[in-house]
Amino acid sequence: MKIYVCVKQVPDTTGKVAVNENGTLNRASMATITNPDDLNAVEAALALKDQVEDAKVIVVSMGPPQASSMLKELLAMGADEAVLISGREFGGSDTFATSQIIAAGISHLGLTDEDLIFCGRQAIDGDTAQVGPQIAEKLNLPQITYAADIQKDGKTVTVKRALEDGYMTIQVPMPCLITCIKELNEPRYMSVQGILGYDQKPITVLDYEALKDEPLIEPDTIGLKGSPTNIFKSFTPPVKGAGRMLAGTEKEMAEELAACLAKKHVI
Amino acid sequence: MAEYNSAAIEEFKDIWVFCEQRGGKLMNTDFELISEGRKLADERGSKLVGLLLGSGMEETAKELGGYGADKVIFCDDPALAVYNNEAYTKVICDVVMEKKPEVLLIGASNIGRDLGPRCAARLHTGLTADCTHLDIDMDKYVQFLSEASTIDLSTQKFDMEDTNLKMTRPAFGGHLMATIICPRFRPCMSTVRPGVMKKNVFDEAKAAACEIEVIKPGLDEAALKEKVLEVVKEAKELVDLIGADVIVSVGNGIRKDPEKGIALAKELADAFGGGVVGSSRALVDAGILSPDHQVGQTGKTVHPKVYVALGISGAIQHKAGMQDSELIIAVNKSEIAPIFEIADYGIQGDLFKVVPLMIDAVKAAKAAK
Repeated sequence: MKIYVCVKQVPDTTGKVAVNENGTLNRASMATITNPDDLNAVEAALALKDQVEDAKVIVVSMGPPQASSMLKELLAMGADEAVLISGREFGGSDTFATSQIIAAGISHLGLTDEDLIFCGRQAIDGDTAQVGPQIAEKLNLPQITYAADIQKDGKTVTVKRALEDGYMTIQVPMPCLITCIKELNEPRYMSVQGILGYDQKPITVLDYEALKDEPLIEPDTIGLKGSPTNIFKSFTPPVKGAGRMLAGTEKEMAEELAACLAKKHVI
Repeated sequence: MAEYNSAAIEEFKDIWVFCEQRGGKLMNTDFELISEGRKLADERGSKLVGLLLGSGMEETAKELGGYGADKVIFCDDPALAVYNNEAYTKVICDVVMEKKPEVLLIGASNIGRDLGPRCAARLHTGLTADCTHLDIDMDKYVQFLSEASTIDLSTQKFDMEDTNLKMTRPAFGGHLMATIICPRFRPCMSTVRPGVMKKNVFDEAKAAACEIEVIKPGLDEAALKEKVLEVVKEAKELVDLIGADVIVSVGNGIRKDPEKGIALAKELADAFGGGVVGSSRALVDAGILSPDHQVGQTGKTVHPKVYVALGISGAIQHKAGMQDSELIIAVNKSEIAPIFEIADYGIQGDLFKVVPLMIDAVKAAKAAK
């Protein structure tokens, strides 16, 4: 059984974010991390591997060569193999083109009815949550997003899928694609054994040459040219003008606030 | 039927809104999106069509007309009563391929964000996630930029005849805004963040006049690979941040006594005449409040009449979710807390001391009226 986990290296937007003059993100100046939801997907794969015999966890990422540093960490966490899909031809892809390329990569590596694909719910740089379902569509697989619990029984998977007002329980046959949320599990740390042994594990690089014969790879379905969406404008929102800092004792400030609110008919 | 070609953009017309239902009931997001869709259809000079999937909902469907839909296409099948990605994707893509709408909007709920990308991939078109602002008319878009951006518009040229849907959304945790277009394929698809678009006033006469087209897809439920075993509505206290007029949010400042802090927030909201308690991400991550309280980029976007931030420093990801509130009041110990940059009224002080005084002062001011 192969468990593919799609992962992305992202700028750490929870810290300080640097913006270029032209309104794009200055990625070079920012720290990178493994996308948080993707760590839950890796953990789900490792937990499943602990339960079944002969399971292999393969982490797959599309990105620049630097993303291999993240893949090494995931190998140290317990993944068995890593695959980096990387090539100039793939650059500038939107979610449609990205999912096309990752689907081609997984297809190239082989997917049987014993296999599963896990993804994180969404990446913190784009927050789109689109690549997972789009990979599923391109590989013609059932999908379950927002997984809060995953149970495998033979070649069937039963998932508790979170909704805003509750949940639904969904059953699909394998192979299928599941996107994971943070409520699913607590990702494990890298182990000492993992850190000592990760450089023995393979990182395979798939470039355009390796994938160009896959049916999903066409010049008009990948990269900037194959992306249906384009950025028309990107901009920074204006800072709202600062209001008034009230002054005086705590009681005076509270009373002045109430007076202002009464005057504005807010209360 | 000739082969479907999403690049033959001149064949596509009308604005469509996918209307989500749960348990046979329309959602508030449907009314927001229909209202926004009405505005876009007027800008484009085209029809507004609601697309509803369910079982036996012809009468309910008319309600969408009351918010601005000219017509509702209702796909009626027992297999569509409960959301099923496989069945919904098939039915929606089939009807889109047949009727070719120019725009398709979907609410960015957990279900909309499951369905939208799958449909866009099958239809070979673009999808922009979680949009917070939409324009077709270029004049209106330029007007929007003049208010919502720091771009120097005098240096910019715009094609005023451009009729692409301009889809604006926050990116990188709200640090940047991006306007996305889908110029070469149709429909232009967008998921729209719940709670952002303003709902029209319901018009009973328009609801009664709304045209309903019923399509019977005749699904073979047994042939679906995806089985929904159960749907459970959790009986938790409903936190209606999006509909609230008053939100009092708490952050790390209540850490020394979270229980007391939350009680004070509730009491202050009550003094204002009733409201809802919101939260920063830090308290949700720490398990002090549940995720449905969270305001911000990864939580809910709100624009209440009054937003009170208690002990919230104002990280950009929080501000992204509340900066459009009509009136913002902030209480924080640190005078350099970024929340003060966007607050209409700021009080530097210990919330545990200040808030009880605020409650008394608000009550007294109300009594004096």
